[in-house]
Amino acid sequence: MNRLIDPVRIACILVLSASTLATSHAQDLRNGGKLLLTNGVSTIEGSGGGGLATWSTIAGNATQEGIGAQAHGTVIELPDYNWTSYGIALGFFDRVELSYARQNLDTIDIGTALGLGRGYTLNQDIFGAKVRLAGDAVYGDSMMPQIAVGVQHKRSSDDAVVAAVGGASPNGTDFYVSATKLFLSHSVLANATVRFTKANQTGLLGFGSATDTSHKPQFEGSIAYQLSRRFVVGGEYRTKPDNLAIAREDDWVDLFAAYALTRNVTVTAAYVDLGSIATADKQRGALLSLQAAF
Amino acid sequence: MISLILALAFAGMQDMPDTDSAQAVSEAAPEQPAPEPQRDPVTGELPVDPYEMSDAHAGATPFAGTGMRDAFHGQDGIRRVVNTMVDRATNDPRISEIFVSHDLVRLRRTLFEQFCYILNAGCTYTGRDMASSHRDIGLQIDDLNILVENLQAAMAQEKISFSAQNRFLSKLAPMKRDVVTR
Ligand code: HEM
Repeated sequence: MNRLIDPVRIACILVLSASTLATSHAQDLRNGGKLLLTNGVSTIEGSGGGGLATWSTIAGNATQEGIGAQAHGTVIELPDYNWTSYGIALGFFDRVELSYARQNLDTIDIGTALGLGRGYTLNQDIFGAKVRLAGDAVYGDSMMPQIAVGVQHKRSSDDAVVAAVGGASPNGTDFYVSATKLFLSHSVLANATVRFTKANQTGLLGFGSATDTSHKPQFEGSIAYQLSRRFVVGGEYRTKPDNLAIAREDDWVDLFAAYALTRNVTVTAAYVDLGSIATADKQRGALLSLQAAF
Repeated sequence: MISLILALAFAGMQDMPDTDSAQAVSEAAPEQPAPEPQRDPVTGELPVDPYEMSDAHAGATPFAGTGMRDAFHGQDGIRRVVNTMVDRATNDPRISEIFVSHDLVRLRRTLFEQFCYILNAGCTYTGRDMASSHRDIGLQIDDLNILVENLQAAMAQEKISFSAQNRFLSKLAPMKRDVVTR
């Protein structure tokens, strides 16, 4: 039970401080002022970022003058799995981001092979918070990135499966520090994030193992080229821990294209290589994500 | 509470110049009313207080070579971009109010000189520096983003490649700290 109290308490404090911030600004809020696409694309973990990798950008279209929000739905079609995730994130004054996401991994036939039953779906909830500490992704010194720190508290709903595959816990918390910059002189956006995590397949297979329950630093890098105000193409690389004895876990790679249909709607399509997932190798497929931001 | 104190202090600050100028006017008043500022018959500009002129006031070092000048179609293209941007900004309901009662003739000229200087298209900049020209406007980051959108639309209308647009914006981006004061 203790495990539950801490994240809930942290969430309460964050919501309270965000709402005090909000009321003190309430007289003259100005929402939706960000430049197109500079809010990024919600990740499959719900935080603002580039799809798979988390960035230091704050979700939603508001600048320091307002409060923004962003919702996403993502499907990934893989040879042996169907992945869906959806979530919502709030951005307060381009300073604080609170997010929630739900991940579902439909195991289709692998479910049968693993003895879970065909179409068994692994689920988890992810509660995130991020604070921008310094810098500006777009303006200011071209060598000074926007820097943020964040947490993602993850709760798998499949305790029995997590235990069966050798995961030490169905719950875990990732911590990350992230730096993002749009290098206007080259039309290139670059991001580097270090995440301290013990998550197995982002947490869908639980956290740590019998022999290893420590947080390990992992790297998430994104590089994107702006073709126009509305259109960005890029790639991402994300390293992952490999804690479980029964199934290897690989780093993730994607190549993406994101298009802002309007100021509020962005579609992202990507080729993803998620490597081996729960004994099924070569999980390469297509990601499609729809995002609404305000 | 803190914001109340700040608001009071700010209101006090804003009052000060008014009282000063009111005094100045009342001292001069007995002779004749203060003359309306007259536009220069040649340039069409209103007079400004004297200041030192320097290219450094443009706020950025110019590009090397002729690539950026050509990308913007020389001085003619730069003039079209500046005029389109100012037209859009002064008609954009989100920021048009900010430009009311400012000298747009001078603004068009100094912006042209600034862009032309930075793009290495053969101009010197004779305007004021970015901090002192924006200090009293009280701009927010949202205003800057809207002006950038207007500039992007003007550059797109001039058919300037997006990479050249961004290269130019990279020279303006660091000026945010001088321009955005709220
Ligand atoms: C990096 C962005 C900007 C640049 C490079 C820039 C450039 C300039 C220049 C060259 C001047 C003329 C200085 C002079 O008269 O000597 C000026 C003045 C002015 N700017 Fe900006 N500006 C920027 C952002 C903005 C924004 C965002 C707004 C409002 C939306 C704005 C509104 C004005 C106004 C109203 C004046 C006239 C001030 C006066 O009458 O004294 N500027 N700006």
